Amino acid sequence: MSYLLQQMINGLTLGSIYGLIAIGYTMVYGIIGMINFAHGEIYMIGAFVAVIAFTAFANFPLVVAILLVLLFTMLITAAYGWTVERVAYRPLRGSFRLAPLISAIGMSIFLQNYIQLLQGARNKPVPPMIQGGFTVWDDAGFTVQLSYLQIIIVVTTVVLMVGFTRFINTTSLGRQQRACEQDKTMASLLGVNVDRTVSLTFVMGAALAAVAGVMVTLYYGVVDFFLGFLAGLKAFTAAVLGGIGSLPGAMLGGLLIGLIEALWAGYFSSEWKDVAAFSILVLVLIFRPQGLLGRPEVEKV
Amino acid sequence: MSATMDGDPRPDRGAVIKELVLTAVIGLALTVPLVSYQTIDAVGGLQLESRWGSTAVIIVALVLGRLGIILLRTPGYETWVAIGGGLAAAIGLLDLFRDSVAGMLGMTAWPAITPTYTLSFLIGVGGAILAIRAVLQISRRASSMSKAERDARAEAVGGQLRKLIRVFATAAVLLALTLPFLPFSNRYVLDVGTLIVTYVMLGWGLNIIVGYAGLLDLGFVAFYAVGAYSYALAAQHLGISFWLALPFAGLLAASFGLLLGFPVLRLRGDYFAIVTLGFGEIIRIVLINWYDVTNGPDGISGIPRPDFFGLAVMTRNGSDGLPPFHEYFGLPFSSEYRIIFLYYLIVAMAALVAIFTIRIRRLPIGRAWEALREDDIACASLGINRTSIKLAAFGISAAWGGFAGAFFATRQGFISPESFTFIESAIILAIVVMGGMGSLVGIAIAAMLLIGLPEVFRDLAEYRMVAFGAGLVMIMIWRPRGLLSHREPSVLLADRMPPGRLVPKPAPASGEAGG
Repeated sequence: MSYLLQQMINGLTLGSIYGLIAIGYTMVYGIIGMINFAHGEIYMIGAFVAVIAFTAFANFPLVVAILLVLLFTMLITAAYGWTVERVAYRPLRGSFRLAPLISAIGMSIFLQNYIQLLQGARNKPVPPMIQGGFTVWDDAGFTVQLSYLQIIIVVTTVVLMVGFTRFINTTSLGRQQRACEQDKTMASLLGVNVDRTVSLTFVMGAALAAVAGVMVTLYYGVVDFFLGFLAGLKAFTAAVLGGIGSLPGAMLGGLLIGLIEALWAGYFSSEWKDVAAFSILVLVLIFRPQGLLGRPEVEKV
Repeated sequence: MSATMDGDPRPDRGAVIKELVLTAVIGLALTVPLVSYQTIDAVGGLQLESRWGSTAVIIVALVLGRLGIILLRTPGYETWVAIGGGLAAAIGLLDLFRDSVAGMLGMTAWPAITPTYTLSFLIGVGGAILAIRAVLQISRRASSMSKAERDARAEAVGGQLRKLIRVFATAAVLLALTLPFLPFSNRYVLDVGTLIVTYVMLGWGLNIIVGYAGLLDLGFVAFYAVGAYSYALAAQHLGISFWLALPFAGLLAASFGLLLGFPVLRLRGDYFAIVTLGFGEIIRIVLINWYDVTNGPDGISGIPRPDFFGLAVMTRNGSDGLPPFHEYFGLPFSSEYRIIFLYYLIVAMAALVAIFTIRIRRLPIGRAWEALREDDIACASLGINRTSIKLAAFGISAAWGGFAGAFFATRQGFISPESFTFIESAIILAIVVMGGMGSLVGIAIAAMLLIGLPEVFRDLAEYRMVAFGAGLVMIMIWRPRGLLSHREPSVLLADRMPPGRLVPKPAPASGEAGG
């Protein structure tokens, strides 16, 4: 029982990180209907920027340092998100349907190796900064730990999610974004700047992925350039599971994937945990392609 | 940002400055942490090493390049752009080759303007592209031809090129057949040749599903792995010879293709792609973790070489009761026979794929694939059973992948899950995409470029994948139909639709990074 609880705590933490990345996939898919295959790499860039920033701000007080790193990383990563859209996707609007996906795969390979060239192939370690935690439960020698860091990760995610949902639902920018999601042509006729809205979608997705990158740097304390591939695939699975295009769906999917992965690793074997995630992806796409909270898609001629 | 200046006769100074400032700001954000600081492992944690020189050069180059692109949009400034681009190209190239140039002139090398060779190269190439585009624009304006005339001429040139393809294909086949006997041929050339032909074969195999059926398969390497492992395991545990195992490997890969294909076939384009990617990864994880059968990450070694059609073996002393090849034919011993034999083996296998592909294109199923690629709903309304033709494409494609895998296993003598990563799928896909999905000749050329060039420039190996990723993006932007686009349907309503009409509308030629 206590083991289950511990795995669930770990799973929720992991799931929050997946959820933050999944939002980027879901929003981009919602607005331009493409899988932004390079989004995992954006998250990886966020983690690298965080490593550099943590090293640079090492002498600041902890809270200030973390806030500074968070802001800085979001800014820089958002710039990468914007550039990727501008360079690799915008010229392809109206091209044949697989072109953006192939371009995204190219971008993903490019970014991975670009970071490897610039920062070296070795793992980048970061000293643990936030230590300690609560003992939630002590069951005959097996203690269930809830670390401060896990609380910070989950709370940050929840705050960001609530804020972000409010942003999409209430501000004029959010309205424009939802309008573009429904019908880009009509939105542009009504005076919405579609290109700008799409760019902003990428910027927002990248900023959230950057937060995930900072969190994962703090959580695992080590970053490598290959980090984005698997995390990206799992976050995409989360987006699909929750229903692609739906914000609460992305969060729900992220949490579920995190939980499943942690429980699978805890009860079956950790080597096969990636198979679990991929199998879910395949099963969901085959049996419920609209996901848990999504709307079914209608095929149009 | 997207306020364009298309209509304006002259650049609006304020807007230009705004765009340049934006470029500088973005450039700053892109470079400041990741380029200007490198993390170095040091005692007690990471340390940062700054590279501000490179950062400054990159930002200046970005802003100037952007200015060049903006000026290209307004007539009258091309000359300036051409001069500036030419200058940048000259600086970059002179810096890049400063040692050899200085050596030729008999003087000591001058201090470089650009901080690293990578930057020299990028600035040189960027400047050259700008200059060439400027010159092209000038010549286009100078010529008195109307747009229609230019299009007609381009069409004619395209036709000539397509005729040249025939010549090129013949030459390539001749080269492939005679390569071992050419004067410059040695072991290294043959090894590279074998590698290239292997990828040509893989590309042609994947082409059936991507190029003809129009389904983006990102997990092709799974079938390659199934083929390789099935031969390796059959040879190791059952002692089956290569020739017996070859059809078995192909069949096994094909049945895997059908097995995996069955559930995913009703998925739409990009979902299909991601699921095949997932399958590819699952197979790799299984190979890594199923230690009892696959020997896990250590891989399988000592995979036997193929024998010479059951008559002789390609070793020095013979084995399994078979004489060695050189004794059988009464030749002096040479270790090159085996290399040559393997080379011809893969050439024969690739030729088989090519002939098969050319023939099947003319069968009803080939036509059905094309219909599916162009419009799958229309295809279904013509009464074509989408599921069965998709499955056929998947199975056939997988079988070719499996054959190539068996060859890979026997050639390497050692296989491990390392060889079957997603990157491998991406490389094969890139060959198909670059070659112009559907064109056999194009795929062969693309394989030569993508596999051959990195072999030639081994010193630059670390840049290989960066260039590869950037190349995929650039092909999609500039030539989304590949280097040799060849997508006219095989059947046309002759009088009513001239060739080229049924070809999907080409993407807007948006070389402009601005707009």
